[in-house]
Amino acid sequence: MKDSERMGFRGSRRESPGPVTDGIRPTPESGPLIYPGMEDAGIGSVIDEDPDYSGGFDPDGSDEGGFSGGAGHRADPDDIYGGPDGGEPYDDPDDEADGPDGDEERDRRRLRRINGPYRFIALAFIILFIMLMANLIRFNIYEKDAILNNPNNRRQNAQAERVVRGPIVSSDGVVLARTEVYGDGTEERVYPGYNVFAHVVGYTSRGKTGLESIANYQLLTAHNNIIDQIINDFRNKKNPGDTVVTTIDASLQQRCYEALGDRRGAVVAIDPRTGAVRAMVSKPDFDPNSIADIWDEMISDPSNSQLLNRATQGLYPPGSTFKIVTSLSYLRAYNAFDSFRYNCTGEFTVDDSTVHCYNNTAHGEETFSEAFAHSCNTAFSEIGLMLGTSKLSDTAKELMFGEKMPSELYSSRTRWQLNSSSDDIELVQTAFGQGKTLTTPYHMALIAAAIANRGVVMTPYLIERVENSGGSVISRTSSSRYRRIMSESEAARLTQLMETAVTDGTASLLSDYGISAAGKTGSAEYYRENGSMGTHSWFVGFTNPGNPDLVIAVLAEDGGAGSSTAVPIAAEILDGFIYD
Amino acid sequence: MHILTQAAKYVFIVLMLLFSLMDYTYYARKDEEKRKRVLGSQISITYLTLILGFLIIFLHDRNLLVLFLLASICIYYGITLVLYRLIYPRSSMLLVNNMLMLLGVGFIMIARLNMDQAMKQFMISAGGTAVAFIIPVIIRKLKGLSKLRIFYAAAGIAALLCVLALARISGGAKLSISVGGFTIQFSELVKITLVFYLASKLSRDTSVRSVVTAAAVSAVHVVILVLSTDLGTALVFFVTALVMIYVATRNPVWPLAGMAAGSGASVAAYHLFDHVQKRVTAWKDPFAVYDTSGYQIGQGLFAIGAGGWFGTGLFGGKPQWIPVATKDFIFAAICEEFGSVFGISLLLVCMSMYLLIITISMTIRSRFYKLVAIGLGTEYAFQVFLTVGGVTKFIPMTGITLPLVSYGGSSVVSTIIMLAIIQGLYILREDEGEETLERF
Repeated sequence: MKDSERMGFRGSRRESPGPVTDGIRPTPESGPLIYPGMEDAGIGSVIDEDPDYSGGFDPDGSDEGGFSGGAGHRADPDDIYGGPDGGEPYDDPDDEADGPDGDEERDRRRLRRINGPYRFIALAFIILFIMLMANLIRFNIYEKDAILNNPNNRRQNAQAERVVRGPIVSSDGVVLARTEVYGDGTEERVYPGYNVFAHVVGYTSRGKTGLESIANYQLLTAHNNIIDQIINDFRNKKNPGDTVVTTIDASLQQRCYEALGDRRGAVVAIDPRTGAVRAMVSKPDFDPNSIADIWDEMISDPSNSQLLNRATQGLYPPGSTFKIVTSLSYLRAYNAFDSFRYNCTGEFTVDDSTVHCYNNTAHGEETFSEAFAHSCNTAFSEIGLMLGTSKLSDTAKELMFGEKMPSELYSSRTRWQLNSSSDDIELVQTAFGQGKTLTTPYHMALIAAAIANRGVVMTPYLIERVENSGGSVISRTSSSRYRRIMSESEAARLTQLMETAVTDGTASLLSDYGISAAGKTGSAEYYRENGSMGTHSWFVGFTNPGNPDLVIAVLAEDGGAGSSTAVPIAAEILDGFIYD
Repeated sequence: MHILTQAAKYVFIVLMLLFSLMDYTYYARKDEEKRKRVLGSQISITYLTLILGFLIIFLHDRNLLVLFLLASICIYYGITLVLYRLIYPRSSMLLVNNMLMLLGVGFIMIARLNMDQAMKQFMISAGGTAVAFIIPVIIRKLKGLSKLRIFYAAAGIAALLCVLALARISGGAKLSISVGGFTIQFSELVKITLVFYLASKLSRDTSVRSVVTAAAVSAVHVVILVLSTDLGTALVFFVTALVMIYVATRNPVWPLAGMAAGSGASVAAYHLFDHVQKRVTAWKDPFAVYDTSGYQIGQGLFAIGAGGWFGTGLFGGKPQWIPVATKDFIFAAICEEFGSVFGISLLLVCMSMYLLIITISMTIRSRFYKLVAIGLGTEYAFQVFLTVGGVTKFIPMTGITLPLVSYGGSSVVSTIIMLAIIQGLYILREDEGEETLERF
């Protein structure tokens, strides 16, 4: 390339010097370039010349149609840049080398100096454009899934026109829901687990519930091979939706379902170390395969409320399982259980009311541990009075009473009504789990999970991982801490109390079976619809207290004493069951 | 039908990608013949896109009006391409191609959403292009354009005051005046007068006094627009004034001071004006205020998300669910049915458009027209940034159209006029070329 071409000259310019009529001052042209604008700010020379520097957009310096030489300069006052600065020396060595082009060399430099801010602005806007494109790419990679899964997004149902809803599979590989596509293109959602998984897996017609609801987006998203997707698009064939692998262990769920038998109630099993929900049974139940046929019947008979997931939504008085909370409150107030002694006569009078131990049993002289293990109501009445409303309330609230539960599934907010204006009888009843307090089996399981996991509640989750139709993992839930609700030593002390209840107390049936566990029973009295008194049967606890691996909460509606119904159910579930 | 739309969506993406890449490879072609071939390919791509798009719309709507509109657009494009070559052989054909492609994408999307609007958009575009044909002549022949600064300032402010009065009367709802079925949005035309005013003022004199006057006149424009709740245009004017003052004075102190003042004014505006707060709240978390001010941006994001990389195909998505999908949110509608890859290619075309304008501002010698070019270029680029950034939740939504693509008569006409001015400068530069350099 010839020098003159490299510099982009083809024509010549006029010779006569003219006055500088604008704010651009004459500048010495030789040597390093003064960066535009900086001279005014008193900043010295900044960049060296780069003879091959070409401006902005036009990479080779030529342009549209090009243009060739010619002469003449309009005497237009607008056309100031064409004019020379005047009085410039001709002694630049480069200029001399270029001979007659030296004049134009200066012109070139001057124009380049003038164009400096233009280049800067152009660069700034190119960056803005690139940011827009990058943002769109970022959105598609990182934000798209959350946007599509947004509950306000009605478009996800339009996805069903292009994707066959993916299957739901248990952690041990059992298919819990799948979509059958028939020859004529019609689809049917099939639940091979029938009633056993009804509440936790949910259904898709008549609204969406359970996993079908919380994993709706994943089930309707196809992550199969992009080539296959394009081929399917062309063949007007739907893409297969992703597979949702749940944390539910099908064999444990089956055990829980069978152990609960014909009773109404619920069983929840959670891995306290991770928060993975391993089983969730609610009875009475229904067959999700025939939801359309039985819908009207179920809706018209509210007394059964089969659709209600009692594990997360059923609200029950906690009964003696609440003594875990009262014990923790006592521990916080008095630092130890050792000094406590109480003589139980089977009844306790406060103001004009009398409370009784279950079945009016008199437990006699007892320590704190014995009172807990035998579930002595009168002893805990005394403890309640010792603590007062505010201390007991503080502890209960820290244990999530009256608060929204961490849960993917819809779950009821538990009820906590004790306050400073409550009278002593309400305080006493609340302290042993009666009163106005209501809770869910799920909530009690989370409290037990915190005790089992050294005081920390792990965020419960139901989706273990999502796979594409070919089995490659698309995403995996990693367990996360939800909140610490008690200290490690408090958790250890409570574990000791709960172990005593299994070895020497109301849950001793578990030891008889040879099951290593810690827990607390509950016999929660309530008024039946006909006004007579009934008792809900509770058990909350965990296996292997030395190294807890499974929390379970059992509630049998109207099952009588915890020891007579809930504990045998827990024993049946855990007997011979080896977790992991 | 399904197979056609699914096949078409990939064809659209390939065509648009090719078109946008040609915008950039054009300059790598050294010889004239090869460049002509690139231009020819771009024209073919534009026609193919248009025909394919309207064919799908026709198969879906079964409305003969669609075919009629397609034929009209094809003729309009043909005439425009031929006339530019005949009358202004030295204008930038790349710029013409880009303009027609962007209009074409807009025509398809608008026709898919609302046939009436598409017809109107076509008529106003064709009319605007016809009128704009005389602009290069005016620029070449009329030497006094650089001296009318008082006229530009007065006309601009007067027009904006009319808008403000209207906004006050209608409670901020109306920012345009209806004449014979077409609404005129004055702020679109003031875009041009403001740039001419600043170029005229600053090309003559860059003394402190002159710059302060120019800044003050710009500030009046901006304040009137903020009061009229037209935040998008106010921001475009503000940034344009900063850029023009900076390149004219070459002193970074001015834009830095301007930005400081602008930041202060933004904070003040945020606290003073309810409508500013609403936009910021909707931007921070549209779903927290989904029932009110977050709905539109939420719908826009749902649309872009539903489209993904390759789109749903025409009529495969629900862009009609986005409020004002044909105007401020057309980019979201395009991303839904044409895909984000197409959207990115579209942005590449917009960027090429900007670079064509900035190149002319750097190569032309007239100080006045240098400033005019960079002013118009800044307005164009910043408007694209505001609308696309707003729809994609990159920045708060300011309620402004995507030039040439969005439905809106005034916006299209003012952009076509702006581009005609740029073409005038290309021709002027060619005249200058007889006496000067080809670089820079």
